Amino acid sequence: MTMPGEQLEEEVGRDELGTGTTGESPVRAAGGSSRLSLVLRRFRGSPQSLVGLVLLLGLFLLAFVGPYLAPYSYLDKDFTAFLEPPSPQHWFGTTPVGQDVFAITLRGMQKSLVVGLLVALISTTVAGIVGAFAGYFLGWTDRGLMWLADLLLVLPAFLIIAIVSPLFRGNTWLLFVVLLAAFLWMVTAKIVRGMTISLKEREYVQAARFMGVSAPKIIFRHILPNLSSLLIVDATINVSAAILAETALSYFGFGVQPPDISLGTLISQGQTSAVTYPWLFFFAVGLLIITVLAVNLVGDGLRDALDPRARSRRAN
Amino acid sequence: MTQQTVAAPRSGGDPSAPVLEVTDLHVTFPNDRGPDVKAVRGIGYAVRRGEVLGIVGESGSGKSVSSLAVMGLLPESAETTGSVRLYGEEILGLGDRELSKIRGKTVSMVFQDPLSALTPVYTIGDQIAEAVRIHTDASKERAAARAVELLDLVGIPYAAQRAKAFPHEFSGGMRQRAMIAMAIANDPDLIICDEPTTALDVTIQAQVLEVLKTAQRETGAAIVMITHDMGVVAGFADRVMVMYAGRAVEVGQVDDIYYRPRMPYTMGLLGSIPRLDEGAEGPGHTALVPIEGTPPSLSALQPGCPFAPRCPLAIDACRAEEPAAEPVGRTGHLSACIRSGEIEEHGWSPQDVYPLPAIPEAPAAHVPREQRETVLQVEGLIKHHPLMKGAVFKRRIGSVYAVDGIDLDIREGETLGLVGESGCGKTTTLMEILELSRPQRGKVVVLGKDTATMTQRDRTSLRRDLQVVFQDPMAALDPRFTVADILSEPLRTHGYPAGAVHDRVRELLELVGLEPGHAARYPQDFSGGQRQRIGIARALALQPRLIVLDEPVSALDVSIQAGVINLLDELRGRLSLSYLFVAHDLSVVRHIADRVAVMYLGRIAEIGTVDAVYGAPSHPYTQALLSAIPLPDPHKERERRRIILRGDLPSPADPPSGCRFRTRCQKFLILNEEEQKECVQREPQILPLRGPAEDHGAACHYAERVEVI
Repeated sequence: MTMPGEQLEEEVGRDELGTGTTGESPVRAAGGSSRLSLVLRRFRGSPQSLVGLVLLLGLFLLAFVGPYLAPYSYLDKDFTAFLEPPSPQHWFGTTPVGQDVFAITLRGMQKSLVVGLLVALISTTVAGIVGAFAGYFLGWTDRGLMWLADLLLVLPAFLIIAIVSPLFRGNTWLLFVVLLAAFLWMVTAKIVRGMTISLKEREYVQAARFMGVSAPKIIFRHILPNLSSLLIVDATINVSAAILAETALSYFGFGVQPPDISLGTLISQGQTSAVTYPWLFFFAVGLLIITVLAVNLVGDGLRDALDPRARSRRAN
Repeated sequence: MTQQTVAAPRSGGDPSAPVLEVTDLHVTFPNDRGPDVKAVRGIGYAVRRGEVLGIVGESGSGKSVSSLAVMGLLPESAETTGSVRLYGEEILGLGDRELSKIRGKTVSMVFQDPLSALTPVYTIGDQIAEAVRIHTDASKERAAARAVELLDLVGIPYAAQRAKAFPHEFSGGMRQRAMIAMAIANDPDLIICDEPTTALDVTIQAQVLEVLKTAQRETGAAIVMITHDMGVVAGFADRVMVMYAGRAVEVGQVDDIYYRPRMPYTMGLLGSIPRLDEGAEGPGHTALVPIEGTPPSLSALQPGCPFAPRCPLAIDACRAEEPAAEPVGRTGHLSACIRSGEIEEHGWSPQDVYPLPAIPEAPAAHVPREQRETVLQVEGLIKHHPLMKGAVFKRRIGSVYAVDGIDLDIREGETLGLVGESGCGKTTTLMEILELSRPQRGKVVVLGKDTATMTQRDRTSLRRDLQVVFQDPMAALDPRFTVADILSEPLRTHGYPAGAVHDRVRELLELVGLEPGHAARYPQDFSGGQRQRIGIARALALQPRLIVLDEPVSALDVSIQAGVINLLDELRGRLSLSYLFVAHDLSVVRHIADRVAVMYLGRIAEIGTVDAVYGAPSHPYTQALLSAIPLPDPHKERERRRIILRGDLPSPADPPSGCRFRTRCQKFLILNEEEQKECVQREPQILPLRGPAEDHGAACHYAERVEVI
């Protein structure tokens, strides 16, 4: 299924090698900027990641610009149309109380997109840094950080958020994002720690150490980039995990509170009528799936672009 | 096709008829994403009973693939054509069921990695007994007894008990012996050995080769010996086939190949080997013959002779058509080169054919050693790893005596070779020096600064002058960095002016013989030898004074290795570097080092100038080590008397009392009881052999100079 894309990518890869022997390469021979441009070029060279990026941008545009184009806002109620199927008037139909499904879906998507992406970003960053530092320094750093991770792992996350969330009521939803992220990083951090311990023994890390490069620099320059495949995959999984966690919490009345809406609250409300009034359910679900798919495509593309070995590995 | 028809000629057939005859064998691996990989392109050979055929070639030359094709062990996707006849019967293309009757019975195979070739969940004895029972109707008891017999034959001590051991309880050398036992279990007519000793240390290699010779004597089998080591073949094979890019480029009697090579590739291969038996004539000695370039890709072969791009004798006609193997010189000697006749006529040697690079002399070489500055001094260095037990409450149950008190020093412009078998503590020593931290005990002084009293700032600035080159050129370079990033990392770390970094990177690449335009590439776009050059360039970036080299050439093919050794030699002269050269290959050390220290179980057994130690080794271990190394010289190999050590390296967690080497020492055996007591009770110190005038000392109570090469 992905064959044509991969072939194209391979050709691009060969192009890069080709330039090495032509005259133009010495111009951009040294320096970090060339590496960044190389990564960007590889990323652009893969059609699926471009599709993912376009999809993701489109979803953002839809979520944040769409409401200005729609005839109804998410707060309006049309008392002439209850439970109407999609029509030119109400593009996605209406709810039992006359809300415009298009408007509320977009509103929900705004929240879900921001919550999902932010939570994934924060939790993966924390996981990478905590895991790498624990694995690199070992000793007391490791014991302290892993004790914290273990503690968070044994705490019932759902219960804690449920108990704590009333305290945040009325506060900014960013606190909710931080709270979700705080319970998502531990397992990845442990994987990162294990991989760091083995990476640390690799000769290029040793070479850097014997060169006099400081430990934090080694972690950010050699260790984390070499774990980027794992971290990116983890981040893309976390996007969907965060959106789903938020869905679940919202379903029970924690997390996103009415009158605020998220895809999660919409899905939980619509699921009972999925068969009878499909527009209440499937538009929200469809957008959720497209969001997760787009994030995954971008993640795959980024992973291949960052990892110069990806090409040769697949060719084997 | 039944077993009988295959095996029938064994009894009645003509004894001079070949056991195995391979003709025009081709192996192609289809690749749906590009051109097919033509791994083997038409090779042919025949082996007779009792004959040993050596197949030599560098990695990727198709030598292993061809033998797997003979055994029918290639993956289904491989396309094999040609003919493989066992006693005249075609076996190529037979089904797995028919082949199973032959494999292990008429033909058996010894693989390179004995750990992955044995099943970890069965005992060694059971696995050998299984090999016996598959092909005969021996009873269980009979098979088990035969297994013990075989283990005894291959020299496993206490065979009856050891047969009950599992593969992980055996050392590498013992596993390989068990593999050989399994291979000869059914008295095969042909044994194919695929790099049987590559993964082993030299003293163990000598033991295993001895076992193979015994096995051949016992079974009278023909042996096909596949190896990259020209030395192993010299003493073992009757005939040699040299492979390059999937073809046999030269075939002949072992003497013809070694003394009268007529194909430039063979000549290069022989010239590129550092010789244990040829001492350096002072510093500024001769360079090795390097073969330029790298082997061609087997999926994109150009027309013409595949060696032409690397060949110093190539003419236009070479690029037109691939030459066939033509007879040259004495009977049975074939060479696939259109200029073989010319080489024969002029009697050219490798040194005549290949241009030798000039190696500049180090300026410090003329200053007597005592007057030169000491760049590294190690005194009584000790590193013990704790041996822990328990999951929750860890407690120390012992120590691994990885490095147990060693002394050495390196003067400016000098190379000290640190040699020893795996597990002797040479890498630990090196890491202790590189850490620049206070050692557990003893003293490390780098460029006049004691690491124990150093501040963090001193340490960082000292790292400029002390650099390292690692063994595995792939693992030593961050795969996510371009070459430019790799080379500029040390520069940026030590505050090199940002504007000058770019020029310095280009300069470094030129210095190590790489194209400066390749700076934007990633390490995996380079071959092994080129990667190692990048690693060397990185070490040179800050103009260090001492470079620590951890087995820098052992992961490379010989022809590539020669180029890297020449480069190291040249750089030392040009940049007045000092090297600490850690290696297990004593020939390489003899070529490059000025002084050598031989390590055994965490201690130095013998130390001195290269000429003194190699010329007249005094410690029994050095003698055994040197005598175990095969020479790429058939005459010398046949005449040499090997000192075969008993057993394996003892565990460094429990070294023997007194002299550590006494459990394996050949000299210990001929001492009388009184003298032996001394070895058991008192640990020998390194004593100068002929007074302080000569730089040569050995840690043996009964040191005695012996010539072994």
